[in-house]
Amino acid sequence: MSVTRKEVEHIAELARLKFSEEELDNFTEQLNQILAYVQKLNELDTENVEPLSHPVEGVNAFREDKVEGSVPRKEALKNAPAKDDQFFKVPKVIGGET
Amino acid sequence: MHDKYEAVIGLEVHAQLLTESKAFCGCSTKFGNAPNTNVCPVCLGHPGVLPVLNKKVVEFTVLMGIATNCKINSRSIFARKNYFYPDLPKGYQISQYEEPICEHGFVEIELSDGSRKRIGITRIHMEEDAGKSIHDISIDTLVDVNRCGVPLIEIVSEPDMRSPEEAYLYLSKVRQIVKYLSICDGNMEEGSLRCDANISVRLKGAEKFGTKTEVKNMNSFRNVERAINYEVERQIEILEDGGQITQQTLLWNADLNEVLPMRSKEEAHDYRYFPEPDLLPVVVDENWKKEIASGLPELPDIRKKRFTEHYQIPLYDAEIITQSKGIADYYEKVTAVTSDYKAASNWIMGDVLKVINEEKIDIKDFPVSAENLGELINIINKGTISGKIAKEVFPEMLKENKSPVEIVKEKNLLQISDASELENLVLKVIGEHPSEVEQYLDGKEKVFGFFIGQIMRQTGGKANPKIVNEILRKKLGEKKIK
Repeated sequence: MSVTRKEVEHIAELARLKFSEEELDNFTEQLNQILAYVQKLNELDTENVEPLSHPVEGVNAFREDKVEGSVPRKEALKNAPAKDDQFFKVPKVIGGET
Repeated sequence: MHDKYEAVIGLEVHAQLLTESKAFCGCSTKFGNAPNTNVCPVCLGHPGVLPVLNKKVVEFTVLMGIATNCKINSRSIFARKNYFYPDLPKGYQISQYEEPICEHGFVEIELSDGSRKRIGITRIHMEEDAGKSIHDISIDTLVDVNRCGVPLIEIVSEPDMRSPEEAYLYLSKVRQIVKYLSICDGNMEEGSLRCDANISVRLKGAEKFGTKTEVKNMNSFRNVERAINYEVERQIEILEDGGQITQQTLLWNADLNEVLPMRSKEEAHDYRYFPEPDLLPVVVDENWKKEIASGLPELPDIRKKRFTEHYQIPLYDAEIITQSKGIADYYEKVTAVTSDYKAASNWIMGDVLKVINEEKIDIKDFPVSAENLGELINIINKGTISGKIAKEVFPEMLKENKSPVEIVKEKNLLQISDASELENLVLKVIGEHPSEVEQYLDGKEKVFGFFIGQIMRQTGGKANPKIVNEILRKKLGEKKIK
């Protein structure tokens, strides 16, 4: 398995990232190196092995339906690069919600 | 030309669950709180935090699954649905993809010809809501994260509906069920119930589905039927003109009354689902399922049937009264006080629902208690007051929830049933109106009503109409003989 430069561009767009031509070449090469490394796992025969969704054992970790743990708005907005008194601010996005 | 075609419609319904806290953190789910106050590091998507699943979310979803005849999967897992949008701080929505918690169910709808139709439910799964972007005011977009992480269930139907009307009936049924279960308030305008439709058309008798479109943004019941209608017509016209349907996502515009395509960039559906490693699988064993099922209330269709059988009220009445669980509960409380079941349904369908609809209030905030309404019916039937006076007592009861007996005493509204008192009154009225008596004796039956009206006026409507009727007829009859 490998990725093309075009796929890297597509993934970057999905993450709303912009790369220079040089960066795109670099990332394509590096991603392919990583994929080739992981490819090694394909040498194992997994014919009769159930896919593993979770690396740890155990099921049903729940909390009760209780209101607790909210933080003051000032705290919540503290690390935001752009904000006003009440909201996070982001560059204008137009169009419907996904 | 439209008779040649049939629509094929499937709905995806999102219902916001009525939990106190969010799905994966302890923040409040309360609607309308000040922006960015129901937030914590988990729902803000800070690095290194861990979601912990609210147990009630599982219970509510399983309850819905049971109520809609689903298979409850003993094991289900969460998945990450990845997309990048400012109202989703984590960059992914926690949802279920493979192995949802409920599958293969159905609900029944009743068509206008009285027949019943089964609509399949493909799956019901748990997920979290996104936040809210506000675009209007400043040059930036403002983001409120309060709604982020509020629990939702998504109910996906089979493409079993064949007309906009069926889609409307199905959506109404789903809404009725979630409200009966008290797991969602069903308010489409406030967004606690949302609906997307997958729509295609095909020639009648064809087996293959046509190319479908997805219509979103239908934020009221009326819009759902209108939008689907519009889209079905649009597709038929394209096909009739020899064109082809483009598979795409459309947004309903309620102001323009039409669907408009989403821009293709927004439509880049490439969610790269993968199992959510931060949440353990959910296992619902038989015992837990039984425990949840024991909390299942009597569902609307069953209750409707029981009302017609047990209380012997017409199907029409039962239909209206069981429309909402609160109204049906209220009815049963009234019938615990009075055995006049039909009078109880009449009062509720008339005076009670009128106030509820006009004031837009919930039955639980209705000022007249069921006990007092039952008592009102009883004192009418006993002859303590007339039905007419009851219509005066009821508004008093609305003002403050007082016992009708007390109001009748205070306002001196007791019905006059004393025969000798009424006889004197009848004789007085007859004496005062000799020309009307003449007319009556000449055969003008209508004048009888005039005398009743006079007597009612003089007693402030308190005269027992039945007794007045008897006496008046007797006295006028005596005149005739003379």
